[in-house]
Amino acid sequence: MSTTTLQPGRLGPGDVAAAAPLPDIMPPVKARKGFIGFLRRNPTIAIGGGLMLLIIAIAIFAPLLWTTDPTALAPARRTREPSAMYWFGTDMLGRDVYSRVLYGARVSLTVGFSVAFFSSLIGLTIGLTSGFIRWADAIVMRIMDGLMSIPSILLAIALMALTRGSVGNVILAITIAEVPRVSRLVRGVVLSLREQPYVDAAVASGTTTPRIIFRHILPNTLAPLTVQATYICASAMIAESILSFIGAGTPPIIPSWGNIMAEGRALWQVKPYIVFFPAIFLSLTVLAVNLLGDGLRDALDPRMAKRV
Amino acid sequence: MFAYAIRRIVATIPVMAVVALFVFSLLYISPGDPAAVIAGDQATPQDVERIRASLGLDRPYLVRFGEWVWNIVRGDLGTSIFTNLPVSTMIAQRIEPTLSLMVITLFLAIGIAVPMGVVAAWKQGTWIDRAVMGFAVLGFSVPVFVVGYLLAYVFALELDWLPVQGYTPFSRGMWPWFQNLILPAVALGGVYIALIARITRATMLEVLQQDYIRTARAKGVGQSGILFLHALKNAAVPIVTVVGIGVALLIGGAVVTESVFAIPGLGRLTVDAILRRDYPVIQGVILLFSFVYVLVNLLIDLLYTLFDPRIRY
Amino acid sequence: MAETPLLDVRNLQTHFRTPDGINRAVDGLSFHVNAGETVAIVGESGCGKSVTSMSILRLIPEPPGKIAGEIVFNGRDLLKLSDKEMRAIRGNDVSMIFQEPMTSLNPVLTVGRQIGETLRLHQGLNAQQAEAKAVEMLKLVGIPAPERRVKEYPHQLSGGMRQRVMIAMALACNPKLLIADEPTTALDVTIQAQILDLMRDLKHRVGAAIVLITHDLGVVAEVAERVIVMYAGRKVEEAPVKELFNDPKHPYTQGLLGAVPKLGSSLDGSTERLAEIPGLVPSLKQRIDGCVFAGRCPKVTDLCRAVAPALEPKAPNHVAACHYAEKELLAA
Repeated sequence: MSTTTLQPGRLGPGDVAAAAPLPDIMPPVKARKGFIGFLRRNPTIAIGGGLMLLIIAIAIFAPLLWTTDPTALAPARRTREPSAMYWFGTDMLGRDVYSRVLYGARVSLTVGFSVAFFSSLIGLTIGLTSGFIRWADAIVMRIMDGLMSIPSILLAIALMALTRGSVGNVILAITIAEVPRVSRLVRGVVLSLREQPYVDAAVASGTTTPRIIFRHILPNTLAPLTVQATYICASAMIAESILSFIGAGTPPIIPSWGNIMAEGRALWQVKPYIVFFPAIFLSLTVLAVNLLGDGLRDALDPRMAKRV
Repeated sequence: MFAYAIRRIVATIPVMAVVALFVFSLLYISPGDPAAVIAGDQATPQDVERIRASLGLDRPYLVRFGEWVWNIVRGDLGTSIFTNLPVSTMIAQRIEPTLSLMVITLFLAIGIAVPMGVVAAWKQGTWIDRAVMGFAVLGFSVPVFVVGYLLAYVFALELDWLPVQGYTPFSRGMWPWFQNLILPAVALGGVYIALIARITRATMLEVLQQDYIRTARAKGVGQSGILFLHALKNAAVPIVTVVGIGVALLIGGAVVTESVFAIPGLGRLTVDAILRRDYPVIQGVILLFSFVYVLVNLLIDLLYTLFDPRIRY
Repeated sequence: MAETPLLDVRNLQTHFRTPDGINRAVDGLSFHVNAGETVAIVGESGCGKSVTSMSILRLIPEPPGKIAGEIVFNGRDLLKLSDKEMRAIRGNDVSMIFQEPMTSLNPVLTVGRQIGETLRLHQGLNAQQAEAKAVEMLKLVGIPAPERRVKEYPHQLSGGMRQRVMIAMALACNPKLLIADEPTTALDVTIQAQILDLMRDLKHRVGAAIVLITHDLGVVAEVAERVIVMYAGRKVEEAPVKELFNDPKHPYTQGLLGAVPKLGSSLDGSTERLAEIPGLVPSLKQRIDGCVFAGRCPKVTDLCRAVAPALEPKAPNHVAACHYAEKELLAA
């Protein structure tokens, strides 16, 4: 059998059979980079963050935004419809609803952020403790199980029933109701991290427990905890409004969105705007925080995104 | 299976004990004299004395707790300070509306949320998926009473299709009963639907990635067979778990919904009791709700075997 | 070649859209399978074998994937069929066995239900008939106590038994073409031999053509008649099995065969795996100019990097895509 072998180096492109070029069957992928690219890839963070900044600005600059004293009573001009003078109308006591709604942002944001902060802090402490100290774990987690089986809004209501209504007490009550969930989350993260080889290695090489916690455990809990804190912030704002709405929250004099709605309740069939405006602000604020939470979850922890 | 059931039931005892201890202690962890707290601001010293005696505050804490628990086990939840009726009687009078509302909401929510989640997972990334997810975020963000007022305004006041408020007992006919509960159930269902739809979508997305779904497609199974037989049955355990956990949302939401729609149920009773500082009633209702919540989740735990043959106890 | 092939894949392209570019998993693949024939597709992982098999049954999710070209089966282009027409073919005329028997069966449905489902879908059997046929199929694939097993769930069976169930499921409707994607890779060596014996035995009885996707050259030597070697989503060589093992033309095939000493020595206890070829399969997310194998080829020249070699006949029934492969003078 005779064969021909082509000799390397003696061959030009014209001597060989070239494969036919292949068409593209899809349009090319456009990749965007930088800050704009990040926002385009995470539209929820863009929308949620934007809304959030707007509402924070409203809360901070409320006195500058053509508001009047939100607590000033004026029986002479009760329940006015929205007009050029009273943009959102006035309530049963003649107070300007626009001013009350804008100042209400301060109450909601204070409650939301404080509860998120304190429940994360306490939950982190309890979760780390029970994740590391065996004998404490059994006791603490039984207590947390018990508290978690009381629906959290009911738990907050029960706690509020004991105390005088004030913003501080509302924050405390909602924080207590949220702590069990955060503790469970942190404990879960700690227990799974403890199984990791690098933590084992650190233990074996004699690293002290506090050092392990600060070097290895704490950094890994921050991502899920941040996401959880965002959700807690959202649900705390809703909880505050529910407490105020049923009369177990902040004192009626304080312009919180729940209080404004509670006052508008009796008249809602004839003067729906008193309920309507705070309702929109509350819903938008909670929506902003939730969107931010979803976006953070997708961006920080893709594994968690798969779950809920 | 039977041994597992017993073990699970026994495991709920410490949980309920913590609940009971917390509920019992509510009065005593508040700052100040519990008798004075109960009596309220306008009480005379005689009132405070009378309440102090009825609480038995002179005896040790644990003894009182023991007696209280023993009474509850016998069905005696104490006596209302405000109405002087037994708490158990007051609960019995108010339980029908709340139970009706919650059961209707439960079925409504599952019936809407599961197909929503399934379709969103099937159409992942399309506008349908985005619409479902957008609805879910809204459901989490708009408080129950806002939805309630909005629905009542549109469907009762403006369109006059349904009653604005109130409750008709079941004994006065199925339709009047149901008619009154439609709007409250939709309002209350919002968060619950959002929760179930999200977990359904997430679980379905994970299940649809599995090899056995590819096998089913390779066999020529149609889209609905893939989604509702092959995938949904595998996704059932997480979904059912969330349905159980979400009952806590239903309970919390019912308190508010009943206020908005003037439904004379346990939620109203709770709100009234709080405003009147009627502690025995507050304790009774919280205890009952928590017990129901624990019970529902216990039942769901035991139901897992129905959905997944791999789970054996 | 006088007979019309059962399956004729022409210029198949399967691409996927990913965040950082288009992955050209299969690019311009053509091959055919005759009725009753066993064709093996071999190559390293990531070379597009599995995507090819999934493309034939149109199991690629679209989006993010897209299939172009022609897949002519029994005279019909599968890519032009409606979803409904396609479903009538899947599991009926063309069926598939997958790599992972542990995860390829639905854990919440009984074995009988899963085998019966194919029969109910394609042959219109009712539940009882389907179960009776499922028992028969289990018996055929050598599962003891089929009447009991038919009511069991996958987790109650061993890996080998599950793969038998998969085979029973695939053969239930007497398909004309069976695509087996690494059917033995996940199994123990002894079980592998049993499953291969079973497939060979059933092939003679049922008469189906088989497309065998594998990276195990021992398995190829054992069962295949013709071999297609894939690299980076393309066919680089094709030849009858003996010819390929005795006289590999493409440097990639030569590399793959480096560790396999001789034909027919595979299933005596030691599995033959692919030889190590230095380097990595190139990323398919950029267009590759020149020969796809240039980056790892020991005989690479500037010409290879500039001009992609066409598939050329190098011997009777033997094609390869290499500028420098020795070419026998073919009788005109």
